[in-house]
Amino acid sequence: MEIFQYAFMRRAFIVGIILAIIIPCIGVTVVLKRLSMMGDALSHSSLAGVTIGLLLGINPVLGAMISCIVAAFGIEIIRKKIPQHAEIAIAIIMSTGIGIAGVLSGFVKNTANFNSFLFGSIVAISDFELYLVIGIGLIVLLAFILLYKELFFMSFNEKGAELAGVPVGLVNSIFTILIAITVAIAARTVGSLIVSAMMVVPVACAMQWAKSYRQTVVFSALFGVCFMIVGLCLAYYVGLKPGGTIVLTGVAFFMISIMIKKFYRR
Amino acid sequence: MNEILSLKQLSFSYEDKSILENVNLSIKKGDFVAITGVNGAGKSTLLKLILGILSPKQGEIEILGEPMKQFNKWQKVGYLSQQVLKKHQQFPATCEEIVKANLFSQIGFLRFPTKKHKEKARAALEAVGMAGYEKKLIYQLSGGQQQRVMLAHVLVSEPELIILDEPTTGVDQEAITAFYELLKKLNQEKQMTIIMVTHEMQKSLEYVNRQIYLQEKQVLEA
Ligand SMILES: Nc1ncnc2c1ncn2[C@@H]1O[C@H](COP(=O)(O)OP(=O)(O)O)[C@@H](O)[C@H]1O
Ligand SMILES: [Mg+2]
Repeated sequence: MEIFQYAFMRRAFIVGIILAIIIPCIGVTVVLKRLSMMGDALSHSSLAGVTIGLLLGINPVLGAMISCIVAAFGIEIIRKKIPQHAEIAIAIIMSTGIGIAGVLSGFVKNTANFNSFLFGSIVAISDFELYLVIGIGLIVLLAFILLYKELFFMSFNEKGAELAGVPVGLVNSIFTILIAITVAIAARTVGSLIVSAMMVVPVACAMQWAKSYRQTVVFSALFGVCFMIVGLCLAYYVGLKPGGTIVLTGVAFFMISIMIKKFYRR
Repeated sequence: MNEILSLKQLSFSYEDKSILENVNLSIKKGDFVAITGVNGAGKSTLLKLILGILSPKQGEIEILGEPMKQFNKWQKVGYLSQQVLKKHQQFPATCEEIVKANLFSQIGFLRFPTKKHKEKARAALEAVGMAGYEKKLIYQLSGGQQQRVMLAHVLVSEPELIILDEPTTGVDQEAITAFYELLKKLNQEKQMTIIMVTHEMQKSLEYVNRQIYLQEKQVLEA
């Protein structure tokens, strides 16, 4: 296939497929625990790290990773201060992140480079980023598998999980870090503004068909990979931005999936 | 007889809103207790104090013979909160997955369940009359069936004390009777201590051995 002649396309597919597996895995818990605001806040915060990285000449994906982790802990700290209004913590961090990104983006010389982080780019992935995504991707996947039953129990019945002895605080902290680093490494390929949608859309599709929690997880990853492959191909052949194309592919699948379900029920 | 739970001079308030004042209560092994009271009387709050989710402003709680502060055998206490099912109208999980989750203390942190655990989950479902429903999605069952599955989720870890907060809301009359029969059987055959908040005062009288009424920050024995 012509599409695989180019090294940048091969890299895009490797990175894309790894992301397409881990983002929906994290997404299942994000959806079931109703944390999608958290995903939004972190993805906007990652842009602050991207701009700082671009300005200081540090790798922007690394910058995104640091700002995401700082943002995640910022949310936890504010949450502890005002426990009645947890959602305010998320809104404040999100505003801070997008605010920093907005102001600093005015100083970035190469705006095309900055823009590629908003909606993703397939040509720009460096070797360093490739290895980063492979390494972090494996860590996230391993952590997700090891914490599978804990995350399930906590999504369903957090109080019950705590009584049964699940270290709920620890698992929540680890999970927050997992969201943060997943969002950060997705910034280049999928785009910071798209990644939180990628957490939700495949899961929404999977929930239409899954007959168990396990199937929800597996189908989410499969749908994610499908959207990624179709989206990247469309982006390449038609010349579209990958992030948006991938998510719209997902939304189209979701619509078709709803219609097929309706049709079969009749 | 040994005491499972004792509250001494217990007082609790949310910020400046007082809910309980100088409450004393003793529950013995094998008791089946129904707690009733109007909405907002503080029934759920009382349960959360017993479970250590909230801490009292004053007074002492002893649970399974130990002071609350030292108590760490929470896996011997089963709890079904008021909203656990309402919160998740469409939670995508099978009955087996739901029940198996509560075997955490037997499986262990970061470890994987084995055939043995699956078998236990199956047995717990059978004990609540839900054999054969292992692979069914919980949200596709009726309200009464969902409650049975949730009871299996609580029972699978073999607790000595189970605490249920309005377990029969949204369940039809026939299913309520069956649910009470089931609790009574557990209570009599396994000496399981049960504390249940309920609005069905009349009906529960046929099954429980104690009925407690929560009114004006006090508990009254019926
Ligand atoms: N977290 C809370 N903060 C402040 N007030 C609360 C809280 N939870 C419950 N309350 C109040 O305490 C009272 C008792 O609540 P609750 O124990 O849930 O009553 P019941 O279960 O008997 O209906 C109610 O008036 C309720 O509004
Ligand atoms: Mg209540």
